[in-house]
Amino acid sequence: MRKDNIAKSKLTQLNNVKSILIGVIIIGLFLVPFVNTNNYYLNIINKVLIYIIMALGLNILVGYTGLVSLGQAGFVAIGAYTTTILTTRLDMNFFIATFIALIIAAAFGLLLGLPTLRLIGPYLTIVTLGFGEIIRTIIIIWAPVTNGPLGIRNIPRPSLFGIELTMNNGGLYILTLVSMLLVMLFCHQLYKSKTGRAMRAIKQDHTASIMMGINTTYYKVLSFVLAAIICALVGSIYSTQLGYIDQNTFTFDMSTMILSIVILGGMGTIRGMVLGSAVLVVLPELSRSLMDYRFVLYGLVLVLMMRFRPQGLLGWRDSSPYPLSEKAKETMDFQGKRGV
Amino acid sequence: MGIQQIFNGVTIGMSYALIAVGYSLVFGILRLVNFSHGSVYAFGATITLYLISFNFGIMPAIIAGIILTGLLNILIDKAAMEPLRKQGAASITSLITTIGISNILTNLLIVRFGSQRRQFPSLFPDKTMNLLGVDIQYTQIGMLLISLVLMVILVLVVNKTKIGLAMRASEQNMKAAKLMGINVNFVVSFTFLLGGISAAIAGVLVSSYYGMAYPNMGYVSGLKAFAAAVLGGIGSLPGSIIGGVLVGISESAAATYLGSEFRDSVAFIILIVVLIIRPNGLLGKKEIEKV
Repeated sequence: MRKDNIAKSKLTQLNNVKSILIGVIIIGLFLVPFVNTNNYYLNIINKVLIYIIMALGLNILVGYTGLVSLGQAGFVAIGAYTTTILTTRLDMNFFIATFIALIIAAAFGLLLGLPTLRLIGPYLTIVTLGFGEIIRTIIIIWAPVTNGPLGIRNIPRPSLFGIELTMNNGGLYILTLVSMLLVMLFCHQLYKSKTGRAMRAIKQDHTASIMMGINTTYYKVLSFVLAAIICALVGSIYSTQLGYIDQNTFTFDMSTMILSIVILGGMGTIRGMVLGSAVLVVLPELSRSLMDYRFVLYGLVLVLMMRFRPQGLLGWRDSSPYPLSEKAKETMDFQGKRGV
Repeated sequence: MGIQQIFNGVTIGMSYALIAVGYSLVFGILRLVNFSHGSVYAFGATITLYLISFNFGIMPAIIAGIILTGLLNILIDKAAMEPLRKQGAASITSLITTIGISNILTNLLIVRFGSQRRQFPSLFPDKTMNLLGVDIQYTQIGMLLISLVLMVILVLVVNKTKIGLAMRASEQNMKAAKLMGINVNFVVSFTFLLGGISAAIAGVLVSSYYGMAYPNMGYVSGLKAFAAAVLGGIGSLPGSIIGGVLVGISESAAATYLGSEFRDSVAFIILIVVLIIRPNGLLGKKEIEKV
């Protein structure tokens, strides 16, 4: 019993250190634009954050529910185009436009999630892949609205309380950072919640979770919708930073990049998305001197990682096999005492 | 729909079928979607073009190119995929590995040969004949015949030879095949060899049809061939042929009647519709989940 207590106090100590560390990192990230005036580094950090959000979105699908999507770039495109069109043509406020974009993306996520009722494995993967390509075609042919292959230029920056958020005053960076933290918090809560547990059960054993009475259809479609919303959010934010979007901004390469981050970092974890995105975004930048060889290096990293650490950089088995909420534990204790 | 479009579609569709076979064979045995296959196809075309530039004759160059591509595919299997199989890695791990290989291969080609489109010599006389109001290029006839012959050879290899029997056994149950004394690793390598050869032949045919080759050519063709393989029922050879031809025809018809912007995505639209009605493709077998 005493040993138990000591272990427990050590653990809380460790947790305290961890939360302090996380706090320091977050504050540090907020201070970056005010300390560092080099736009190049700020842009790279910003891109890392952008890809972290995308990876967190796909992580709900791949890491939690176990569905592989290769069409996430399509949702990023929906978010980017909806927001851009609403802000440029209808002069709508950026945040309202983003909200509408998220609703539209959710509708598309629902639409794409429906085939999951019948499809599994590679069949589902190719449908998501096809979805990404179809979105690109729609962008090209719906020229009156999307401006077709010419793309949309001069995307306005969002403004908040009359201050225009730009890359120079760090506003756009802070916007990205805040969105990332919110999405992170959401994913953290989702993972622990009843919904998250149901999703992970589906990933572990689909048949068994049906037997346990989990409405697998509902949770699969729900994870598609959530992933769609998160990726569309990134699209909205990212488009204002790029200032220019066309159909080639959202290619299959973007989808595979997001998937690679999720797998490389360690699917199902949040810390993994951070590290995976940092590695895969920064690596090509660091190796700029290698010219064309840097994408060869990128491929090599993927292959070697999968060979020697298939669970991902930070993916290891969950230390708590049955992460029940306090309330659920109480109920179980209660039932245990009653001998149920 | 015009007969002309159908004919053009069938011709290009047969080459998709040749690429699709590579996806299908590998998937049948390993349950793995091999995303490196598109770049293997581009490698076949590019390396053949490179060999042709040495001027030791077009035919020997093509044959050397095809053999090299086959060997490359074996190398991919031995170096990257076999260790994963030994570990019993999850399918998503293998999927990411093939994406990585595709990156390596395409970018090595770009580093060595540049990403620009380069002219590919025509393999057949540049003539057109008119049959019942349909303009038929000699190149198209050549493509069609070669693809058909190859398909027949592939079907015969899988269905009539000893190694084909081993392939089908590994496909049904890899463990049982191992216990029966089949060298499964050899069978898988042989499958990769077949896939590489047919991809290289498709690469050469398509390059000579369009008159050009470039390292990124595998991207769109690879995706479409994958769509074709799934459409027909991935894992089934006749399915690949039907899928390839369907994709070819729909693409050619869409380009004519709807506009060329539709060329690249009509395959996916048809694919999604078919999959919603028949979740395992046109000729795919339904897998029964055992508990």
